[in-house]
Amino acid sequence: MTPPRAAVSTTATRPEHRFKGRLFDWKLLLGVVGVAGLLMLSLTTGVYDVFGAGDGGQMFAITRIPRTIALVLAGAAMAMSGLVMQLLTQNRFVEPTTTGTTEWAGLGLLTVMIIFPTASIIGRMTGAVIAAFIGTMVFFLFLRRVSLRSSLIVPIVGIMLGAVVGSISTFIALQTDTLQNLGVWFAGSFTSVLRGQYELLWIVALIAVAVFLVADRLTVAGLGEDVATNVGLNYNRIMLLGTGLIAVATGVVTVVVGNLPFLGLIVPNIVSMFRGDDLRSNLPWVCLLGIAIVTVCDLIARTIIMPFEVPVSVILGIVGAVVFIFLLLRQRRRA
Amino acid sequence: MITLTDVAKSYNSEVSIGPVNLQLPAGGITALVGPNGAGKSTLLTMIGRLLGVDRGAIEVGGLDVSTTKSKDLAKIVSILRQENHYVTRLTVRQLVGFGRFPYSKGRLTLLDEEIISRYIDFLDLGGLEDRYLDQLSGGQRQRAYVAMVLCQETDYVLLDEPLNNLDMRHSVQMMQHLHQAARELGRTIIIVLHDINFACHYADRICAVKDGQIAEFGTPEEIMSDDLLSRVFETPVQCINGPRGRLACFY
Repeated sequence: MTPPRAAVSTTATRPEHRFKGRLFDWKLLLGVVGVAGLLMLSLTTGVYDVFGAGDGGQMFAITRIPRTIALVLAGAAMAMSGLVMQLLTQNRFVEPTTTGTTEWAGLGLLTVMIIFPTASIIGRMTGAVIAAFIGTMVFFLFLRRVSLRSSLIVPIVGIMLGAVVGSISTFIALQTDTLQNLGVWFAGSFTSVLRGQYELLWIVALIAVAVFLVADRLTVAGLGEDVATNVGLNYNRIMLLGTGLIAVATGVVTVVVGNLPFLGLIVPNIVSMFRGDDLRSNLPWVCLLGIAIVTVCDLIARTIIMPFEVPVSVILGIVGAVVFIFLLLRQRRRA
Repeated sequence: MITLTDVAKSYNSEVSIGPVNLQLPAGGITALVGPNGAGKSTLLTMIGRLLGVDRGAIEVGGLDVSTTKSKDLAKIVSILRQENHYVTRLTVRQLVGFGRFPYSKGRLTLLDEEIISRYIDFLDLGGLEDRYLDQLSGGQRQRAYVAMVLCQETDYVLLDEPLNNLDMRHSVQMMQHLHQAARELGRTIIIVLHDINFACHYADRICAVKDGQIAEFGTPEEIMSDDLLSRVFETPVQCINGPRGRLACFY
């Protein structure tokens, strides 16, 4: 194919900056340092005097380090799940807690607990992941059926779906006298994260790698089925893959930590505002911001009624709702 | 060459296509014209394998669109639909870069970057390449979409009403760009147009579609006749000689 004549000469004079933005730059480094600072703060915050007491070192290893690692993994997982979900639905207002995915994961967890009361944490996780996958597929299929594109109807449908599934869980829990447990599971909290109980969260790190590898395909899918098919991508396959990634991340976090509302919603939106939507170079930012927000909220949750704690989901809910409303108003203005 | 053999599709109660037999030769611009609901877009969408056929076969450049792997077809034919609304915030350059997806699967090479720059310049988007799509005017955005499908470097380019929502100046510029792409880059461009005068002036062939059938197919000179156009569009049309060729008057 002959190149257009005019173009060739201009290309030669173009500076290098035309090429895609680099993944690592000083701003990202700054972000990493900032988050590292927050994590240090998290390590040193708590009622127990880990530096003074005799068994302080042990306590530090049993609770503080696991808790901080859990913050990192769960924060990154939920922010990433939200991002992938927003791409797949082409809607800025969805994330695992506004599409029912978390509720489905909870239902799966509950079902496993009732049928196999002695199930290991891996068994519980499997139940949650499978249910989360089914639930997310139900939501996506519903969206394709009704082809709703209105940005606000979609999350409303998701929240309704989640409410229905949540009610089923509550009903089952009432019947089986496990309502109290249910409440404790669902309220996302890092209080009970101890050595030996959180390690499953490392699966999330694998998910992050997987998302990074298929980042471009997910971005293309975010342009819709027609564009994706046009460039030769199997749209249904990438939808399944994306749903699988979301389900695993959400399922694992739900089992280990619980419900972390709004994180997946606000983080990708804020990152997109500043950096656009190039998924691959955004991913580190999305993870960092997710970690930062969940860490700050956890620090607040830990200190606000010291020596007691409130579930981090309470703080996240308040912060998230405010940001959500801000985003809504902002979108209205732009539209 | 694009070959449609006995292609039929019932799209919905209003639009049913076929059976259509049609051969669109390679090279130049072919315009699909016709009244609303005639099935122009459906035909184009089927050729671009975004919509399956109920019956019959479609070949593009010798490849059957329903049996050839989608990723191989993506190097032969590209299609741009009419409605393009992306929630994803991409810059012009990132969007055009997705045209290279069939070749590089997203890992853009230096060669890809050069090709992207070439098509950005080809559509005069050089100053806009780092802008986000939502910061562009309708005409600029439409140019970015067209740059993306041209960047795919397919022999066949299908465009569904690319002049939609463009004002006079941008419509003319767009058609000039496409004309240039057909001439200088040797692309075969199939385009759905509403304005018969645009079709007459820029297309090498016009295919009039009506009620899901090919009503007429020929050169602009053959198509631009009072009877033919009046019949196809079901409204009185008079063709006159304008300063730069035939003009259809129907106002």
